[in-house]
Amino acid sequence: MTHDLRKGALTRRGVLQGATALGAAGLILPGSMRAARAEPQRGGTFRIGLGHGNTTDGYDPGLWDNLYAQVFAAARHNQLIEVDADGQLIGEIAESWESDDGKTWVFHIRQGVTFHSGKDVTVADVIASLNHHRGDDATSAIKQFFDPVVEIRADGQSVVVTLDAPNGDFPYLMSDYHLAIMPGSDGKIDPTSTDGCGPYIVESFEPGVQASLNRNPDYWKPGRAHFDRVEILAILDSAARLNALMTGQVELIDQIDPATIGMLEARNVARIISIPGNAHYVFPMDSRAAPFNDNNVRLALKYAIDREDMVEKILGGHGAVSNDNPIGPANRYFYADMEPKTFDPDRAKYYLRQAGMDSLTIPLHVADAAFSGAVDAGALFAETARQAGININLVREPNDGYWDNVWMQKPFVASYWGGRAVEDHMFTTGYAAGAAWNDSFWEHERFNELLVKARSEVDEDLRREMYQEMQRIVSFEGAVVIPMNNNYVMATALNIGTPDQISANWNLDGFRCVERWWMT
Amino acid sequence: MAALIRMIAQRLALGVLTLFIVSVVIFFATELLPGDLASTLLGQAATPETVAALRRQLGLDLPAPVRYWNWLTGALQGDFGVSLANRRPIADLIAARLGNTIFLALYAAALAVPLALILGILAALWRNSVFDRAANAGALTAISFPEFFVAYILVLWLAQSGYFPSMVRISPVSTFGEKLYMAFLPALTLTLVVTAHMMRMTRAAIINLMAQPYIEMARLKGMSPLRIVLRHALPNALAPIINVIAINLAYLITGVVVVEVVFVYPGLGQLMVDSVSKRDIAVVQAIALIFASAYVLLNLTADVLSTLTNPRLMSKG
Amino acid sequence: MGWLFLAFGIVAAFGLAALLRRAALQLAPAEWRSALADMPLTAAFGLMVIAIYIFVALAAPLLAPFPEREVVGSQFQPWSLQHWLGTDRLGRDMASRLIYGARNTVGIAFATTALAFIVGSLLGLWAALRGGWLDQTLSRFVDALMAIPSLIFSLLLLTIFGTSVLTLILVIAAVDATRVYRIARSVAQGIVVMDYIEAARLRGEGSWYLIRREILPNALAPLVAEFGLRFCFVFLTISSLSFLGLGIQPPLADWGSMVRENATLITFGDITPLLPAGAIALLTVAVNFVVDWQLYRASGLKEQAG
Repeated sequence: MTHDLRKGALTRRGVLQGATALGAAGLILPGSMRAARAEPQRGGTFRIGLGHGNTTDGYDPGLWDNLYAQVFAAARHNQLIEVDADGQLIGEIAESWESDDGKTWVFHIRQGVTFHSGKDVTVADVIASLNHHRGDDATSAIKQFFDPVVEIRADGQSVVVTLDAPNGDFPYLMSDYHLAIMPGSDGKIDPTSTDGCGPYIVESFEPGVQASLNRNPDYWKPGRAHFDRVEILAILDSAARLNALMTGQVELIDQIDPATIGMLEARNVARIISIPGNAHYVFPMDSRAAPFNDNNVRLALKYAIDREDMVEKILGGHGAVSNDNPIGPANRYFYADMEPKTFDPDRAKYYLRQAGMDSLTIPLHVADAAFSGAVDAGALFAETARQAGININLVREPNDGYWDNVWMQKPFVASYWGGRAVEDHMFTTGYAAGAAWNDSFWEHERFNELLVKARSEVDEDLRREMYQEMQRIVSFEGAVVIPMNNNYVMATALNIGTPDQISANWNLDGFRCVERWWMT
Repeated sequence: MAALIRMIAQRLALGVLTLFIVSVVIFFATELLPGDLASTLLGQAATPETVAALRRQLGLDLPAPVRYWNWLTGALQGDFGVSLANRRPIADLIAARLGNTIFLALYAAALAVPLALILGILAALWRNSVFDRAANAGALTAISFPEFFVAYILVLWLAQSGYFPSMVRISPVSTFGEKLYMAFLPALTLTLVVTAHMMRMTRAAIINLMAQPYIEMARLKGMSPLRIVLRHALPNALAPIINVIAINLAYLITGVVVVEVVFVYPGLGQLMVDSVSKRDIAVVQAIALIFASAYVLLNLTADVLSTLTNPRLMSKG
Repeated sequence: MGWLFLAFGIVAAFGLAALLRRAALQLAPAEWRSALADMPLTAAFGLMVIAIYIFVALAAPLLAPFPEREVVGSQFQPWSLQHWLGTDRLGRDMASRLIYGARNTVGIAFATTALAFIVGSLLGLWAALRGGWLDQTLSRFVDALMAIPSLIFSLLLLTIFGTSVLTLILVIAAVDATRVYRIARSVAQGIVVMDYIEAARLRGEGSWYLIRREILPNALAPLVAEFGLRFCFVFLTISSLSFLGLGIQPPLADWGSMVRENATLITFGDITPLLPAGAIALLTVAVNFVVDWQLYRASGLKEQAG
């Protein structure tokens, strides 16, 4: 039922363009939180209660789609490349990598790493693991990312990947969580095996209930994997998660009901960790269909929403107002000075009159599957829009089937994005003409032209200008209302230590809390 | 006795018919749901090609009647197949959870049935007294709170102060005592939910008999009211009481998904809801049949027991 | 402290109910007086509560200080003179939503239960009367539907047919109707073998006449008893459905969903979710007190007649 894939499938930051600080992406913890910090130490059982997990979860890396599967995978597997807490790519099973032309990529495989079964990690294993997502019969969720791959072959202790066109961001793809390195035989991995080369070894797994893992005594990374044992529990009910944390039955929970964050803080039994990033909630409109084909109507809606109120009530303050901008404050070319849109019923009415209407009645289709609090957010939107003469009829759809039946099917819906670390990636996936996830079916000539041009622009200032113009176009002419950027919010027991910087690339420290955090 | 056996045989045959109808209804209702296993497994990342490839692998590209026929012929031979979602044999997937579900149902029944009988008998004995009214109002209040809400209140009172765990973590190595301790709160929640119905029926059934001439006779002979109720009224009131207990037992087995979610209890209800949402039809079918069988068998047992306790029904055949 | 308050409230309510019964006795027409005279205090209390609920439901726009859906300020405001019961998670006035909730909840529950009873009891009585293959077909089908857990079945149907208030009513009514069918059929089976039905048949009366004039009046008591509980179960079903992610359409206020929306707060001892839950509980108790009284009267009258 959850579809976290969109939460930023990859963080592709142009490696060829050099490393720019993605500092805002990682959280600098406030002073009070640092108190919990001590030198990492070994030991303890880390029990995690997640609001995800399904009895249908399995071991096949191509089908991992929710936070439970992602954390469980991070606990037992390594990938070629890891994204560290401040957003930099660092080598994991690939010790290093290089490309001369952006077309042929060479990944040098780390030697001396073993699987839990004791077998050495070889070049053949890596190739089998990659090929699992590739080819006609592949059923992997990231199959499309391998479409440009022409060939994957071994070259001594290296894996050589050849693309049909240069792509400087290709190593980012290799950090995707689906690309677990698993033992291969005859060029294939066994998608029902738990064997990996990650920090913990699976002891038992009951899908939708719990997984228990013990520390891998031969784990190759120094200074990682501090817990003796990790238990990952699926606790779907938010009150049950809170109770489990408060009664000491788990040390970490995710998805905290915003209504209760304040109360939990006041109890002083847990530490709330709130990580701002590029994730955002969105109400896309079908820009091909009336009345949304008129930009005046779209602008009227954008001025008829009270963004601050929504951040307060839907996110419990754990987030920031967005100016209909899919590029977030953690992005390099984020346009912070863009003229903000405040809730202004008169202005909304003005745009409505410009569109030749006195009033407007439209249905808005929502379900909490779109994002937690989507139904409430829709109710708030309807309330403020009413003051501007726009009558939003809220239609609550079943969570089940929302992405099949409602999203990109109905003209005005709710949805979410994890945001992308690279502007081009965000725009190309969600806003380029004809893109698979262009959920507003939006086409803008100037925007599409800039999108192509900006990719190859080398002058930093010009590039910034282009991306900022594109943000302006989406914000004022696009067909999406983006009221807010949501933080990743989690709560830990007081005896859990975390590094100063926690990754904003994915939830729970990039799923790596299991190997980066410790018990004090 | 022959009549009884004939009745059992007849009812079992009808039960099989019921199971067949259930399997058809469930199969085609699941078919009507938007999307299928392939598209839900791939989620938003689904592209037409990957969905088509996955459908081919899972055999979902066959027409629905063919798939139903394949399932049916397999099921008739005792082969319920594997979960299409994670390729685990359905028997493995279900066995442990079925055990958990039955454990919780029996645990709750062991608390609720005696409680309901005692309260019901006392309420009938002292009918229209303050006790009767209070027991009635209390039971009605308990059933008018949604299950999850009763559960949250119990957790607030009994788990946050550390008496009982708010979350059930049963493993194969748990001892029976540990299980009883860990599953106490869900069992108590269910007890509160089902007691009212059984209590009211016990009370009504006994009161119904109290006006009968033979009870009057016993009363005139100077028997104590409690003795009259226990010796004369209760045995004759057993049929409706057994029936309502059977209905509630069936509910405890089949209807407790909400309690399972709140206490993170790995039972069949959660598995069924998950499998429906993933369109994992083979698992949905298997659980639906287990639930339906439980329902049919409990009703049959209730009828057989009612007949045995009431010789007049027996002679009627 | 809270308990004292509750006890005081109960005593006061029953006192008021006693007064009401006396007043009704004075005012009621002569033929009702005998019925009212032996009315127990609990039934008077139940009637009073039901009357208040109906009044609140009908007069909601006049009673509620704020509109049902209007956001009036920040979220979770404490109780105050302006917002009697504070505000909810979106900053809507809690008291107003409870008042409007009476209208929606009671309306939906009544419509659903009424529909379930009309369909279920008519089919049940018809099947019992006609017997034969009609009875067999209907009964086997109903048996099969009842063997599917009702919550999961409702979930399935609502996902297929959408979640408008109308579908919600139809789906819950359809699932409930199977239960009503069974009771109606089993009660009617005892009646159709009676002599007076045979006599009416010989007179050449049609099925509809027999159901309406001969069977229904004699089968009413157990059906009424069932109605009391079924009526209240509708709230619970809506509440459980909203627990599983379906339920009533926002921004309609409905007690079942309101319990769900605010349920997490009980974890911190906040009593907000107790308000709608209490409203449901009070109505359940009241309805069943009245039902008990009616049953008692029905059985009492029969005893006299027999």
